[in-house]
Amino acid sequence: MDKSQYLDMFIDESKEHLQAVNDNLLKLENEPENVAIVNEIFRSAHTLKGMAATMGYEDLASLTHIMENVLDGIRNHKIFVSTEILDVVFESVDDLEAMVMSIASGGDGKRDVTKTVAKFEKIEKGESVGVHMNQTEVASTQESIISGIPASLELYDDFEVTVLSQATEQGFNANQIKISLREDCILKAARVYMIFQVLEQIGEVIKSTPTVDALEEENFDLEFTVTLITKETNDDVRNRILKVSEVEKVAVITLDLESYKRKTIDSEVHIEETKKETAQQAPTKRQKQNNSVETTSNKEKVHSPGSKTIRVNIERLDILMNLFEELVIDRGRLEQIASDLKSSELTETVEHMSRISGDLQSIILNMRMVPVEQVFNRFPRMIRALAKDLNKKVNLEIIGAETELDRTVIDEIGDPLVHLLRNSIDHGVEKPEQRQNAEKSDEGKITLKAYHSGNHVFIEVSDDGAGINRDKVLKKAIESGVVSEENGHNLTDKQVYELLFSSGFSTVDVISDVSGRGVGLDVVKNKIESLGGHVAVDSVLGEGTTFSIQLPLTLSIISVMLVEVQKEKYAIPLSTIIETAIVKDKDILAAHNQKVIDFRGNIIPLINLTDFFDVPKTLKQDSYHSIIVIRKGEKMAGLVVDSFIGQQEIVLKSLGNYLTNVFAISGATILGDGQVALIVDCNALIK
Amino acid sequence: MSDGNLVKEVKVIVFQLKDEEYGVEVDQVRSIERMQHITRVPRTLDFVKGVINLRGVVTPIIELRKRFGIEEIETTDSTRIIIVAAGNLEVGLIVDAANDVVDIPNNVVEPPPEVVGGVEVDYLRGVAKMDKRLLILLNLDKVLNSTELKETKFFKANG
Repeated sequence: MDKSQYLDMFIDESKEHLQAVNDNLLKLENEPENVAIVNEIFRSAHTLKGMAATMGYEDLASLTHIMENVLDGIRNHKIFVSTEILDVVFESVDDLEAMVMSIASGGDGKRDVTKTVAKFEKIEKGESVGVHMNQTEVASTQESIISGIPASLELYDDFEVTVLSQATEQGFNANQIKISLREDCILKAARVYMIFQVLEQIGEVIKSTPTVDALEEENFDLEFTVTLITKETNDDVRNRILKVSEVEKVAVITLDLESYKRKTIDSEVHIEETKKETAQQAPTKRQKQNNSVETTSNKEKVHSPGSKTIRVNIERLDILMNLFEELVIDRGRLEQIASDLKSSELTETVEHMSRISGDLQSIILNMRMVPVEQVFNRFPRMIRALAKDLNKKVNLEIIGAETELDRTVIDEIGDPLVHLLRNSIDHGVEKPEQRQNAEKSDEGKITLKAYHSGNHVFIEVSDDGAGINRDKVLKKAIESGVVSEENGHNLTDKQVYELLFSSGFSTVDVISDVSGRGVGLDVVKNKIESLGGHVAVDSVLGEGTTFSIQLPLTLSIISVMLVEVQKEKYAIPLSTIIETAIVKDKDILAAHNQKVIDFRGNIIPLINLTDFFDVPKTLKQDSYHSIIVIRKGEKMAGLVVDSFIGQQEIVLKSLGNYLTNVFAISGATILGDGQVALIVDCNALIK
Repeated sequence: MSDGNLVKEVKVIVFQLKDEEYGVEVDQVRSIERMQHITRVPRTLDFVKGVINLRGVVTPIIELRKRFGIEEIETTDSTRIIIVAAGNLEVGLIVDAANDVVDIPNNVVEPPPEVVGGVEVDYLRGVAKMDKRLLILLNLDKVLNSTELKETKFFKANG
């Protein structure tokens, strides 16, 4: 079977399962007694194992397998959860992640995991009961692979029974399906695959005998048994399977779970059976199954009724977006033509089209929105490891993980956030002793909070640590020449904190493992600003520090004010505009050869865009001037233009690789008439 | 002629600048466009004419005459923009006319003539003599050399 077409799906799903394992492991650490969590982890791990084996990534499958053994021990109370054990499990999850990443980047997913495996084995040996249990499990699995026919009597383990009974409580049927292939069946594995495809469309396969791996490798005779939970009737299930060719017969048995719970071997099973071509008698003997804990796949999210989502490649969305942009441009042209022609019928149609495409635009934009959860998810794990490394106690609280952001932004903010979080643990949160001395609880608290406000998303990283020592920062800044001594002492607290973002700045006396990686907060600042965002810091000495990041909702569409400068059109981002004004000649003053105006009591400099951009002069100067007041932080300036066209939502485009870093131009957009308009970078205009 | 003896050929798009014929390899040419509205980009090099909307992609346009130090002329009906791609750059070149495609055997390409104090020959790949035609082959990577671009821009921004 050609697996390459499933590769993307495999990688995505593996990542999801690993994330689920991660999350649940963290939960488990807090509630070591909660078997439900172990079950969750087990299920994820198991699915991962099954997928890896199917795709032929043996290392991945075998490491997951041994991890499963330990989890199984925990589940059956043969191994007790301890930090050491969880560390090893976390370590193995790291290995698994590395393997999946390797596969994702085109590698073979191989990795030396002997260390982790050895640790797992130690854990198993540490508990004599656990060893015993695991050996039997391994043995029986092997047995089933060798013989192809399960040897022991049908016995589901507790976990499977729980799953099955939960399913029946929710109105699903639990069916055991025995499928026999025709003797002349050539590609048995392919048939099995097709049958599983059919089954997964109608329900969830809980278990198969022989195991999926064995089936995949054709390590079975002609018969195999699967356990399926579904809402379909037995007849329906049977008929669907019979649609697959080369199937000899299918027997569907509805499981009576009560009897399984009582573990009585002779139960009241209702047997149904069909023949496809031959009129053979149904086997009334109950299927044998091995004792291994083989639960096959749980694509609950995909298969559970009600959840209807599909995975779409982001590139496709980008293509859709690009096509849509062209449509918007054509729409603009049509609007223009319609207004020129003054045909009411045409105008009406164009107006209708505009409305529809407006709706379409918001739908496409929404499709690109993803919850920040995707990024936040990886942090609890990281915080845990860091806190351990630094011998600190830290509790991470995440608020607003459901806040949505454009995909392009999401992909970019991970690194800056990692850096800020590291910074909070390393510099912010004190060691437990110090915290006790300061009469705080010895466990530090870091809050990661995301929320929407207007056209922006705010993400805050705050800690309840020692806060920023103003004097220390200032001393360092003066030492490293970031500010001069005399300037330094006039700075406000906030301005001093801002110094943390200057390049090459570090306040730690001893460079620790965590922060000594050669990247400073300046990197964070640059990154955020390159995304059109802003980062600020606030702190109270002894009480903590808060870093606040402000980001635009999307990078691709912004609101601008279109203006005319002589015959050329420019776009000025609304986010930098304070207001527009029209001033008379006599209101323009001169201060040391610089034209200025009095704007609400502030003297602000004027920048004449015609001169600044060397625009060919074709229009006569009016005695009235249109001015756009822009700002950068506290500073303001007035841009002199010829006329305002109006506010518009535009699609941001880059000028390409050839024209990089054009001074005071941050990009371009395509207007309704098909022409390109440049976007003014107001930050560059104010020094 | 045996297989091993085959002279390799390169297909080029021929375009005119002033009264000379230039060639650019066909696989570096994305399309040939008619003249259209060009949005000027201020504070760039003088031969950067601006940007156009090329089917939704903002594409920079270079005035090739100016780039090569030839005096500029008004656009005519035959003026074309050749969209070329070299490396990760996609740029349009304004030329006087583009109307021919020829196969040039590699063995007729000679290195560009070197003249003391002559024009910059850096961006020429060679000269091909075809019967009575003389084709000047461009080295696009050099024509679009961006380090030169950056240096000049730096100079400009400061000057």
